[in-house]
Amino acid sequence: MRARAPAADWLPHLILLGGVVIVAFPIYMTFVASSLTPQDILAGMPLLPGSHLFANYREALFTGVAATSGESVARMLWNTLVMALIIAVGKIAISLLSAYAVVFFRFPLRMVIFWMIFVTLMLPVEVRIVPTYKVVADLGMIDSFAGLTIPLIASATATLLFRQFFLTVPDELVEAAKIDGAGPLRFLVDTVIPLSSTNMAALFVILFIYGWNQFLWPLLVTNSAEMTTIVIGLTRMIGTGDGRTDWDIVMATAILALLPPALVVVLMQRWFVKGLVESEK
Amino acid sequence: MQRRVVFRGKALPYLLVTPQLAVTLVFFFWPAAQAFWQSVHREDPFGLSSHFVGLDNFTALLADPDYADAILRTAVFSLAVTVLVLVPSLLLAVMADRVIKAATAYKTVLLLPYAVAPAVAGVLWLFLFYPGVGPLAFALHRLGIDWNYLLNGGQAMALVIVIAAWKQISYNFLFFLAGLQSIPKSLLEAAAIDGAGRTRRFWTIVFPLLSPTAFFLVVVDVVYAFFDTFGVIRSVTAGGPGKSTEILVYKVYYDGVVALDLGGSAAQSVILMAIVVALTALQFRYVERKVHY
Repeated sequence: MRARAPAADWLPHLILLGGVVIVAFPIYMTFVASSLTPQDILAGMPLLPGSHLFANYREALFTGVAATSGESVARMLWNTLVMALIIAVGKIAISLLSAYAVVFFRFPLRMVIFWMIFVTLMLPVEVRIVPTYKVVADLGMIDSFAGLTIPLIASATATLLFRQFFLTVPDELVEAAKIDGAGPLRFLVDTVIPLSSTNMAALFVILFIYGWNQFLWPLLVTNSAEMTTIVIGLTRMIGTGDGRTDWDIVMATAILALLPPALVVVLMQRWFVKGLVESEK
Repeated sequence: MQRRVVFRGKALPYLLVTPQLAVTLVFFFWPAAQAFWQSVHREDPFGLSSHFVGLDNFTALLADPDYADAILRTAVFSLAVTVLVLVPSLLLAVMADRVIKAATAYKTVLLLPYAVAPAVAGVLWLFLFYPGVGPLAFALHRLGIDWNYLLNGGQAMALVIVIAAWKQISYNFLFFLAGLQSIPKSLLEAAAIDGAGRTRRFWTIVFPLLSPTAFFLVVVDVVYAFFDTFGVIRSVTAGGPGKSTEILVYKVYYDGVVALDLGGSAAQSVILMAIVVALTALQFRYVERKVHY
């Protein structure tokens, strides 16, 4: 490569710093606002955190706000955690099993079943809101974790990812297992699942974020305050014009709502990147 | 593609696919069939009976100026979001590909918006721009701009576009960066030896090799703008003021869940499904092309 001009060395850093500032600004300002009193916020916000950090978070977590029927944020966080874990683990489990069947067996209707799973890629919840809601209501699953999670558990993405990976498992491994007298279930548990562990970790990160961030579906199927998720609860806290909005508490809640998925992205970055890039192939 | 060596088993494979198949049938195929059925029926005002009306719901929908407006609005919205995501992400990815120091730190921050739920992203930005409260709303006022997105439709649209683009930057950045890092360094070095400068190397080598990634991202971003931005719209503007930010997916929700026009909402669902199928087909055609090139 040619020798670089000195100007070229700091320019990328300057542009990247600009990008980082724009991207981080809303999150940072929310954090600052969550440490102030409502008066501080309305009197023109400072750029540095104030002294009410712990008081605000304590109030948000344990007291609850009238606008959300008095449900505490701690309860909402719990609901959201349960929902996200059921969705992530459930999706991985059922996709792993169906991909295993489609790849390691040959049986009548195999391709029909594969295509039936595949076309669900084309039907996001958003396009079939009302009929899906009606099915869940008819099954009596409104306001339950089952209604909140099971309709979101079936998805083609994870199945396709596992299928792709299973196709790369060497035939020799399968033959060796057969010679040793191992049946399909034994092979699944002893060989395929350990081999898939990095794929499962990557998928788990993506699916946990997907589950945690659900909005439209919980909005439809939860009515009772005890079932509110954090994302729904947060949007309900903002006054609709007539009511006063406690911005300090709202901002503390917003930070609490984005902290778990953000931590997952930061701490499990390698798997997150792998999951994101591979699940789109 | 198939495996050569497989297991034998009669009942077991069916047993293994049953959980996924059951959920798919009950929560995907059944509701989708219902949507088609409802889209050609009309319920009486009490919801007691419904009768077949053929394509009436569709013709009524397509003749409705509100729907035409929503289509146009969605087109403007998704085009603006796509451009506003692609250009900065590409710039940032190209820069991140050049630096070695602090690269991980930049990357970590740029990936953060992906973790933020659309509705939560909406709340973060809504606060910054909330008239009479947010610091950026104050700043705009000081610049002499009459900022109030709660009353001004154009401002509301601009705000939801910015929020939607902000959230999608991580994804585009990551794919552009991966694309850049897969370009063989030998090509760039050969061009440098031949005397091509940095700009010229970008436009003649990097950009063409990156175009499949860019095309893939265009499709992903359009799908994102169509469907995944519901949370942003709902938490920031709820489609308002007036109907100035009511995009198609919000209209399906509003007409079906709030206004309870089941036939009309179902017809909209069917049209949206057609759009998703078309976009997905486009995406897969591209994936096939990528395999060959």
